[in-house]
Amino acid sequence: MTDTPLLELKNLHVGIPKRDGYLDIVKDVSFSIMPGEAFGLVGESGSGKSLTALSLIRLLKKPLKVSKGQILFKGRDLQTLSDREMRGLRGERIAMIFQEPMTALNPLKTVGRQIAEMFVLHRGMGWAEAGRKAVDALASVKVPAPEERVLAYPHQMSGGMRQRVMIAIALACDPDLLIADEPTTALDVTVQDEVLKLIGELCAARGTAVLMISHDLGVIANMCQRVGVMYSGRLVEERDTYDLFAAPRHPYTKGLLGALPRLGTRHGAAGRQRLVDIDGLIKDREALLQEFCFQPRNTIRDPRLRADGAA
Amino acid sequence: MLRFTMRRLLQMIPTIIAVALLIFVIFSVVPGSFASSLMADGKTASDPELLARLNEQFGLDKPVYIRAWEYLSGLAHFDLGTSFRTREPVLDVINDRIWASLKLSIAAMVFAIVIGVPLGFIAALRPGSVLDSITMIGAVSGLSMPQFWLGLLLMYFFALVLGWLPSFGYGGGDLKYLILPAITLGVTPLALLARTTRAGVLEITNEDFIRTAHSKGMSNSRVIRWHLMRNVMVLVVTTIGLQFGSMMGQAVVIEKLFSWPGIGSLLIDSVSIRDIPVVQGTILVIVLWFLLINTFVDIIYAAIDPRIKQT
Repeated sequence: MTDTPLLELKNLHVGIPKRDGYLDIVKDVSFSIMPGEAFGLVGESGSGKSLTALSLIRLLKKPLKVSKGQILFKGRDLQTLSDREMRGLRGERIAMIFQEPMTALNPLKTVGRQIAEMFVLHRGMGWAEAGRKAVDALASVKVPAPEERVLAYPHQMSGGMRQRVMIAIALACDPDLLIADEPTTALDVTVQDEVLKLIGELCAARGTAVLMISHDLGVIANMCQRVGVMYSGRLVEERDTYDLFAAPRHPYTKGLLGALPRLGTRHGAAGRQRLVDIDGLIKDREALLQEFCFQPRNTIRDPRLRADGAA
Repeated sequence: MLRFTMRRLLQMIPTIIAVALLIFVIFSVVPGSFASSLMADGKTASDPELLARLNEQFGLDKPVYIRAWEYLSGLAHFDLGTSFRTREPVLDVINDRIWASLKLSIAAMVFAIVIGVPLGFIAALRPGSVLDSITMIGAVSGLSMPQFWLGLLLMYFFALVLGWLPSFGYGGGDLKYLILPAITLGVTPLALLARTTRAGVLEITNEDFIRTAHSKGMSNSRVIRWHLMRNVMVLVVTTIGLQFGSMMGQAVVIEKLFSWPGIGSLLIDSVSIRDIPVVQGTILVIVLWFLLINTFVDIIYAAIDPRIKQT
């Protein structure tokens, strides 16, 4: 591994334009991913994980915009690239897998054709050759009978199979970075594990770096060397996975870990150990800008969570 | 595919029988008959003896269920009966008129599709733009304006004021005579198509698989051609089918207005003199057209959307 990071986020802010500046939803997020490294991003729904990911490939939906900060990919600021240059990177160098395999594929096209598009777009192949490559790609994600399956339509496949197709599409051009946004959340538990292993194996074999986004700490713990914890648009903690699980620093991380069921411990009724939940709810976003960010959740009070970042 | 088509065609038979019976019931309730309309010159009171003789001659003295039965058994041999007025087989009378109607309907529909669908597309790709606003205002006006009124306006402007086009008539098949009635008839489906297309494009644009397509690094125009177009067409084809199917019925007023020698004007003339066999025949043709178009649309559906089973 070299010393220069593959991806570097510097003080990234994502927000909605207002009359006087921006209403930021992702605030001051900085982290970096080394080539071939797996980095995990955890946090609850609405904490800004997905927005951070989408801003990386410049697919934020209007009116959301990157309001401040830099996104450096191999040292180049992605924001300064032209649309054409960005398209060259998307799918080719930075690929993405989405949460919902049921809707992420076009229902009217065969999966083979949807994989083959990658080779036509980025490798300049004709459809016939790209179609043959699609069979190989499908075989590489361990779909049985790939020669027949390329002719199948998404609705003829299970959720797990479709997510494999998505992985085949994402890895078709051997990207440097794979962004996996909750890739297993919509799947059955048994399938989740297979899909995660598949992503792990394939990326390790190809030296692809992974940005794994999940609200499931278990998923992250299995796959990632380092973890960032996001809460309410901020990166509140960023550590080695092992250290984080051994000794979480931030009260929110402690809360998250406390909420995990553990094998061998009984949870639930009558005198047994209860799962810990974090009190309170995220307040509305305007309020979050001014106040103590985590304070409304009243079990934990920590002055470090001030909105202005003052310790 | 062939079985699917055959089944759909066979399913039309009960509908046709039901419609034929319904028309019989209606005309047995409506006052007046062909015989009485022949004698109604407004000067003399009708002679009951003559009336009875005429009724007998046309078979109108028989009870309605016997006439209905005779009609249906004739229908089974493609015999639609004989016109009271011209004493010609109804099939020949219709044959003289149907081609003019088909020509008008097809011209109107082509006009609506060629302008409406692209307009909806362009409007949707620039929502909120001037073109979008103009299109949608135009669409609402087109939908709310009575067709005969629009026809009169067009006639006045293009025939009377500018003198570019003939105001009415068939002109022995001269295409110049087709333009005004076709535009008049096509405006409603055009407006509807523009709206449906626009709504369809906006709906599909928000689908996950469009985001997937962008994440593959496709240009906007490729996303539209490869992934958006066909999915929008599934929605648009429904509207085209419904509009095209009901067009023969809608053309009745327009044909009368422009003295277009089609099924519609034949229907109106025949109703006023109670020429029941011709009325029956024309209504059956209009219904048959609707059913045929709908069957055809279902077949197209099955061809563009693999999720629709062809059973």
